[in-house]
Amino acid sequence: MRITAAVALIVFSLTGCVRLEPWVKPYEREVLADPIMSISRDPMLDRYRQHVFDTREAARGGTVSAGGGCGCN
Amino acid sequence: MVPALMAAVSLRAATLPEDRVEAMYHRYDGGGVVVDGPAMAIRRHITNDVSVGAEYYVDSISAASVDVVTSASPYSEQRTETGMTVDWLYGATLMGATYTHSTESDYESNNYGLAVSQDIFGGMTTVTMGYAHGDDTVMRNDTDFEEPIDRDDFRLGLTQVLTPTLLATVDYEAITEEGYLANPYRSARVLGAQVPEQYPGTRTTQALSVAGLKSWDEDTAVSAGYRYFTDTWDVTAQDIELGATRYLGNRWVVDLSYRYYTQNGASFYSDDFDREYNYMARDKELSDFRSHAVGARVSWLFHDSLPFGLSRANVTFAYDYMRFDYDDYTDLRTGDPYEFDTQLLQIYFTTWY
Repeated sequence: MRITAAVALIVFSLTGCVRLEPWVKPYEREVLADPIMSISRDPMLDRYRQHVFDTREAARGGTVSAGGGCGCN
Repeated sequence: MVPALMAAVSLRAATLPEDRVEAMYHRYDGGGVVVDGPAMAIRRHITNDVSVGAEYYVDSISAASVDVVTSASPYSEQRTETGMTVDWLYGATLMGATYTHSTESDYESNNYGLAVSQDIFGGMTTVTMGYAHGDDTVMRNDTDFEEPIDRDDFRLGLTQVLTPTLLATVDYEAITEEGYLANPYRSARVLGAQVPEQYPGTRTTQALSVAGLKSWDEDTAVSAGYRYFTDTWDVTAQDIELGATRYLGNRWVVDLSYRYYTQNGASFYSDDFDREYNYMARDKELSDFRSHAVGARVSWLFHDSLPFGLSRANVTFAYDYMRFDYDDYTDLRTGDPYEFDTQLLQIYFTTWY
């Protein structure tokens, strides 16, 4: 429900109907601050796992833990 | 030859990284290839608004993979990678620079990266931009062959708080490369006969990914991600990844994940060409294939009674099982389509100070 409201707010704002304001206040972000809500909780583990995929696939990049370019031969 | 691991700065929010030490042992074993070794990283604030980091990483490689045993000789080698990073926080803007050097007996890589991360919209939105340049040298151990690769890497990312329990990310990355992009050891096949591979001298890749992270309840988070990839060699690929993380008491965290990947191969790939062409590849990473990966991590958290003034720490055991199925790559030893299973083990320690 909150997602629908958020999307509706963005659409209305872009069409000039409503002035867009931040709708999640800093004091409402306690849950988001929990370590299990980190996009990469343990960066070294995630980078190496992504590296294993990058060396065995043609695809690369666009991931949070991607290491940028590579000399994949 | 293995790509660089820590090439570009990856900033997700306009806050300086925490002072932290990471250490890891990793072991990959599958498809005739064993890769293992240690890795270490350290992060430290040197002023209130500047943080520096250093990383060291080793791969000891023993390779007898299907393409090596059918067109070359098994080999062992070591790759060593070192990296340095500096981040500077200025208001709601975080700027970072990194340098990474990777070396092995027949490949050398230097990467220079810059990134900017800016919080906007009351801190609900973080925009990131990054650029990296790479200078690589491709060599052969048995001759004086030596060719360069130039690489430019552009990234754009957005992290959005959608609700008090839901985050979303969108990332785009384009990489252009120019130089010797083939493998000097690998062969293609023409009517069964082995001939040297011939690759185009340029490649541009684009990847777009979206992901969501949701707090399910106070102990559980779930995630989902999707990536679409395309390049100028006519490769297209997609992958999805699902994950769940849960606290078990206040000492343990368990992560479970599943990833599915599928790709359509390059236009100049063939398992066996019917005649010679300008460009010819028989690299299984450029063929049509699918892979599945299931993973589990168990982390043991330490909050108190730590020595040396450390604030907290954790030890993690991570295990991934992966399966690769190739539609158009023949195992020349058996005559069947190639497939293999592999395992990845990581033992990891990190502490904050």
